[in-house]
Formats: sequence, structure tokens, C-alpha cells
Amino acid sequence: MPSAPASRDAVEIELESLRALGRRIRLHVLRMVHAADASHVGSCFSMADLLAVLYGAALRVDPARPDWEDRDRLVVSKGHAAAAVYAALAERGFFPVEWLDTYCQNGSRLAGHISHHGVPGIEVSSGSLGHGLPIACGMALAGRCDERPYRVFALLSDGELDEGSNWESILFAPHHGLDNLTAIVDYNKIQSFGTVGEVLDLEPLADKWRAFGWSVREIDGHDYPQILASVSQLPPVAGRPTVVIAHTIKGRGVGFMENQLAWHYRSPNAEQLAAACREIEAAR
Amino acid sequence: MRTAFIETLCEAAQLDDRIWLLTADLGYSVLETFAQRFPRRYLNVGVAEQNMAGIAAGLAHSGKLPVIYSIANFPTFRCLEQLRNDICHHQANVKIVAVGGGYAYGPQGYSHHGIEDLAILRALPGMTIVAPADPVEARFATRAICAHAGPCYLRLGKAREPVLHMSPPTFQLGRAIQVRSGRALTLISTGGMLQESLAVAERLAAEGLVPRVLSMHTVKPLDEQAVLRAAAETGGILSVEEHSVTGGLGSAIADVLALSGCRVGFFRKFGVPDRVSHEVGSQEHLLSLCGDLYRLATSAVRQSRAA
Repeated sequence: MPSAPASRDAVEIELESLRALGRRIRLHVLRMVHAADASHVGSCFSMADLLAVLYGAALRVDPARPDWEDRDRLVVSKGHAAAAVYAALAERGFFPVEWLDTYCQNGSRLAGHISHHGVPGIEVSSGSLGHGLPIACGMALAGRCDERPYRVFALLSDGELDEGSNWESILFAPHHGLDNLTAIVDYNKIQSFGTVGEVLDLEPLADKWRAFGWSVREIDGHDYPQILASVSQLPPVAGRPTVVIAHTIKGRGVGFMENQLAWHYRSPNAEQLAAACREIEAAR
Repeated sequence: MRTAFIETLCEAAQLDDRIWLLTADLGYSVLETFAQRFPRRYLNVGVAEQNMAGIAAGLAHSGKLPVIYSIANFPTFRCLEQLRNDICHHQANVKIVAVGGGYAYGPQGYSHHGIEDLAILRALPGMTIVAPADPVEARFATRAICAHAGPCYLRLGKAREPVLHMSPPTFQLGRAIQVRSGRALTLISTGGMLQESLAVAERLAAEGLVPRVLSMHTVKPLDEQAVLRAAAETGGILSVEEHSVTGGLGSAIADVLALSGCRVGFFRKFGVPDRVSHEVGSQEHLLSLCGDLYRLATSAVRQSRAA
């Protein structure tokens, strides 16, 4: 007998709670980046909904036991979006939300690029692009060898796919049948100096991954039901790694930041911070 | 040395099932014994050193003890940032093994000359660097790095190096082995240059200049006390390495001497000149272009005594 499907209300309640988490991540990011006069708001916002679903629902993790042997591993390779990751971890209960006030401050554990040292829930430090997927491959290999049930996720940026090291891993994972590995590409179409299409076009991106032997799921990376479905029932094809290509919008959630290259770099001033927070709080 | 390494690694892997061996598609006729005995812990990642180093970091993060293997500069420079960020910064228990350190692949050309690796890896915090002198030291070193928790770099020669230690030495990471005692000067060598150092020591001794000879198999952490004792007890120090004179053993020794403020009769470095080179040839040929170790030693002693 298949288990009864969750009631529509229950599903809606869960989705609304995840959307609320996404909004809280964005609000934290705005305040952190403003206080630190830091950057990368746009990169944080394009993956905020992905993080909300991962930490809010999909990942089998336990904040009380961050080193639990059978936890799912999430390697966030786009380390510049650190603020969103710290915010998600704090919201999930890995460390006090007050820690977020120390982001980028002297003596803080929370560096501008993802730092693992003394930060529960962070698997590995990142910041230089193209490092996360190889590490995730190693974790997936170890998990399979030891017959552990955990799954490994690697969250990558689109610009990061310019790095050749990723393609070494993209070749490697299907060859070794790493079906406990899922890569997620935050495909917001904007990198440091312009659009991905202008700088170094990735298209046809899904075809490339498919040709290398991956199961490809393409989703709207801001659509909660789609995100949830994309990281559920993994792997879709036994013996193959999965990639979720999440089409996203850089700066998503704040109108004046959306699709603006400048918000890869800018820090909101007090006025912009207030306006952005109002917009996020009003969104439903 | 590579045979000593792989035999010892197989022995260690028999006792420790955390040990994995990864290669970037090199090691033909060397690694097969490991691959056959431990197929589930052997991985040829293909010609992809960055991926290999990252995978090793991920394995180490999951409780494994990965050894990554390639030749010359491939397991170090090609994936230097992975060594820095993913391995050293995380204190990941990864061992990096290069076969063909120095000019072992001399005729193959510049791409295969491993002559800056010590300098560059010395700058990485937490990296232990070991360059054994002969197959005997290579066995000890392999066991020692597997027992040491944290990133290690093992720089091996290639094949058919002579055994220099006729009886088993006391081997400890970070502790030099005194191979010959003397007072006139000290030759401090690392890696296979111990052979040349001992040959020169023989000639010097025949002329009444009896040198101390140290095998400084561990370049980092350096045995500073052995250096300071050599400065205090012998006429001067000559560092001997098959490596650039910039940043390697000689530079490490110079740091110790300068910062200690101790008096030293003289200090000279024997190594590869820091200049662009297009030279091709055997290990012996390329080393001969670095100068004459015997003449360097005698002139240093002479100048020191005249001063």
C-alpha cells in the first residue's frame, strides 16, 4: 500500500514555511552585508530559495550533531555567497542568530567567503571557485565505499563553471557511477563582468551535463514546489549523478537589485536597506 | 625509491583500511601491486590533478587516508591551490607523493624538472615535507607520513637509487640523521643528494677536512637544533639539494642561522641556480651544471680560514 499523500493543506503549510525561511535568509543577508559594507547580495539572493529548501526540508542534518556521520553533506562551492549560507545555518539552529552580526568583522568566525573553522554546519571552506565539486566527489566515494546512507550535494555558481576543475569532476562522477552525488547550479546568468552569455557562454548547459552522463533536472530556482521536487527522490536514475540546473535571477526578491550586475558588488546604504527589507517583508 | 615506497604503502594499507591510493594516470609498473591487492581503495582519476586533490580532500574529510601520486610537479603545482585551500587549510589527512623530484626526469625536459617544489610547498602552513635520501629512508618516510595526522609531501627520486644506509638509521620526522661525524664543516643534504655529499665527504676527509654529513630528510619542520649544533660545532655549513637555491633547504637553513644570531664559520648553498634554463640531459649532466660540490666545499673552508 502506498502511503497516503500528504494533504494539500499540509503541503501548502510546509511550502509557506519554506518561503518564510527564504525571506528571513534574505533579510539577514541584507543586514549582514550592510553592516559589513560587503558585497555579493545578488549572488546570495539567487540561491536563497535553494538554501531555504535544502536546509528547511531536504537535507538530513541535525544541528545538535553537526558532525553526525550519516548527515547529508552540502558543499557550497560558490563561497562568495557566504552570508546566505551562514543565515540559513543560523535559522536552522546550527549556531545563534546573533553570530550573524559578526559577519566579516574583526575576529569573527564568519569570513566573507565560506569558512568552516568554528562554524557548525559548514562542511568545507570555499571562496576560490571550482573546488567544491571535486571535494563532493571524494565525499560521495567515501560514502559509497562505507555503504553509508548519506547524500552529497554541491552548490555551484554558473560563472564558476568556467573553471576547468569542475569539468574534471563532471567527467569523473558518472564514470564512477556516483549516484549519491547531486550538483545544483545556481544559474542566475550573471557573472563578475557581465552576463554569462557575454563572458563565456555555457549554453547548451543541460546538454553538456547530459552528454557527460548526468541525470539532468531543470527547474525554476525560485519555485518552491519545483525546488523541493528536484531534490526529492534522488537519484532519478540509479548509477548516475544528478544535476539540478536551477534557473534563477540574480538579486531575486528586491526589485532594484534583480538582474543588476552592480549588486554583485554593491553594499546597500541605509536607505536602500530599509527599502529592500520593506519589499521582502511585504512579499508573499 | 618508488619500489620501496609502494611496497611500504601496501604493508601500511594491509594494516590500515583508511589508506587509499589515487593517481592521475601515472605510475605504470609501480602502482599495480597496490591496485591488485586493494582494488576498492585504488583510484585512477585520469589526467586530472585538481580533481584528484579535491577528491582526496573529500575522502579525508570522510575519515579516509588518501595518498595522491604523480610525477614531478604534477601532484603539486598543477593543483597547488587545492593543496593550499582544500588540504592544508582544512588540515586534511592527505599525503602527496611525487616521483621524480629534482632532475630524475632530466632528459624529458623542463616540464618534468621538479626543482621548485620544496620552496613552494614550504610556504604552505601545516605541510610536512619529506625527501628521503635512499630506499631505506623512503621506507621509513612512507611509514612515518602514514602515521602522521595531517598533510604531508613525500618527494621521491625515481628508481635504482643505491642504498646509502648500511644499517637501519633512527628515523623520525623532523630529525636529521647524522650519517657521518666530523668537525671541519657540515654538509646538510636532502633527498638523493646524500649520495653525492657522502662521496665529496670521502674526498674531503682524505685531505684532512673531515666533514659532518646530515641527511635532512624532513625539510619542514626543519631540525633547527641539528643546524645550530652544526654551526656551533663545525667549521661551517654547506646545504646540498637537487632543487633551486631559492626557497628550498638552503633557504630554510639560512633562516635558522640568521634568526638565531649564532656564529657560523661559513654558509654556502649548493643547488640549482635561479635562472631560466633550457638544458636537457641526464640527472648527472644537469647536476654538473649546478657547480662542483667538492670545490664549493674546499673554497668555503679556505676562505673561512683565511678570514
